[in-house]
Amino acid sequence: MIKNWWKIASVILLLYTVIAGFLFSVPRLVIVNETIRALYFHVPMWFGMVIMFLVSTVYAIRYLRNSTPVNDVVSVEFANAGLVFGLLGIFTGMIWANYTWGSPWHGDPKQNGAAIALLVYLAYFVLRGSLSNEEQRARLGAVYNIFAFAAMIPLIFIIPRMTSSMHPGSGGNPGFNMYDLDSKMRMVFYPAVAGWILLGVWIASLRIRTRRLEEHILELEDHA
Amino acid sequence: MITTLFKKDFTLELRQKSVAAGLLLYLFSTAFICYLTFRLRQNLITPLVWSALFWITILFTAINSIAKSFMGEKRGREIYYYSITSPVSIILSKILYNFLLCSLLSFSGYLLFILFIGNPIQDKFIFTIIILLTSMGFASSLTLLSSISAKAGNSTVLMAVLSFPVVISILLMAIKTTKNCLDGMGWDASWDELLTMLAINCLITAVSYLLFPYIWRS
Repeated sequence: MIKNWWKIASVILLLYTVIAGFLFSVPRLVIVNETIRALYFHVPMWFGMVIMFLVSTVYAIRYLRNSTPVNDVVSVEFANAGLVFGLLGIFTGMIWANYTWGSPWHGDPKQNGAAIALLVYLAYFVLRGSLSNEEQRARLGAVYNIFAFAAMIPLIFIIPRMTSSMHPGSGGNPGFNMYDLDSKMRMVFYPAVAGWILLGVWIASLRIRTRRLEEHILELEDHA
Repeated sequence: MITTLFKKDFTLELRQKSVAAGLLLYLFSTAFICYLTFRLRQNLITPLVWSALFWITILFTAINSIAKSFMGEKRGREIYYYSITSPVSIILSKILYNFLLCSLLSFSGYLLFILFIGNPIQDKFIFTIIILLTSMGFASSLTLLSSISAKAGNSTVLMAVLSFPVVISILLMAIKTTKNCLDGMGWDASWDELLTMLAINCLITAVSYLLFPYIWRS
C-alpha cells in the first residue's frame, strides 16, 4: 500500500483533473471560449511525452554503459509509452485546432515538428524490428535512441520558437500566461501534468513487468 | 591517424572512379529531368520551385552517396581496422571525407542547376555558406546512420527511414535561409538560422563521436 502511493496519487489527481477541468470556471476569451479546457488534456500529453522519451534515452545510455537486458526493456517500454502520449497529444491538438484555427491540420511549425518527432520514434521501432540478433538490436536501438533524442531537441524546442506560429508559446506568443489572468487555471493544470505523467510511468512499469515475466517463462521453458 | 584514414578513403574513391561517376551521373540526370519537365515553361520556375527542386536533388544525392560509406567495406577489412585503429578516428575521418564529397556534389549540383534551369540566387556568398553548412550537417548525421544501417543488413530501405527524421531539421533551416537568399535579404535575415545550423551540426557531430564506438564494437 505504501509502495503504491504514487499509483493512488495518479488516480486521485486524474479524477480531480477530469472533475475540476470540466466544472471549474475558466476565463472567457474570444475564439477560444470553452475549448480552453483542452489545456488540461492537450498540454500535459507533451509534458508526458518529453519525460517518457527522456527516461527512455537515459536508460539507453545506461544500457550502453552496462549492457543488461533490463535496461533495454525499460528503454523500449518508455519509448512506447512516450509514443502513445505523443499520438494522443497530436489528436487532442487536432481537435482543439479544429475549433480555434478552423482546421485540424494547419501546417503550423509546432504541429509539423511534433509529427516529425513521432516519425523519429517510429523509425526507432522499424530499426529494432529489422534486427534479429537480440544483443545487436538492443545496442543499435540504444544508439539510435540517443541520436534521435539529440536530433529531436532542436525540432520541438528551437525551430518552432524561431518561426511565426499561431501556437501559444512560440513566435513571440506568450505560453499559457495569456490565459490564466487570475491564476485559477494553474490550480488544475499542475495537478493534471503530475497525474498524467504518473499514469505514463504506471503504464510503462506494467509493460516492463509483463515483458520480464514473459522472458522468465521462456527461460523456464528452456530449462525444462 | 585521421589523415591516413582520410587519404585511404580518398584513394579508394579515385581508384573506383565508377562510383563517383555514378553519383555525378545521378545528379546530372536529376537536373536534366527537371530541365526537361520545365523546358517550355521557364516562367513556371519561380524562386520557390527552384529551391524545392534543388534541395530534393541534393538530399537524395547526399543520402545515396553517404549510404555507401560503410557498405563498401568488407567484413575482414573491418576486423583489420579494429585491430589497428580507434573507432573515434574512423568516424571522424569518414565524416570529414563525406563532408568533402557532399559539398563537392552540392556545388556540382548548383552548377548544373545554373546551367539548365538558371540562377535566381541573389546572395551568392551566403548561399555558398548554406551549402557548406548543410553538407556538414548531412555528413555528420548520415555517416552514423549509414554505419547503423550497414550493421542491420537491408541497408537501402532502412537508411531512408532512419535518416529522414534526423536530417529534416537541418533541411528546414536550409530551405528557410535559401528563401532569404532568393529574395536578396542580406546577412541580417539569415544570421540566426546560420548560427542555429552550425549549432545543430556541432551537436550531431559530438553525439556521433560519442556513440560510434558502441556501434563499432558489435
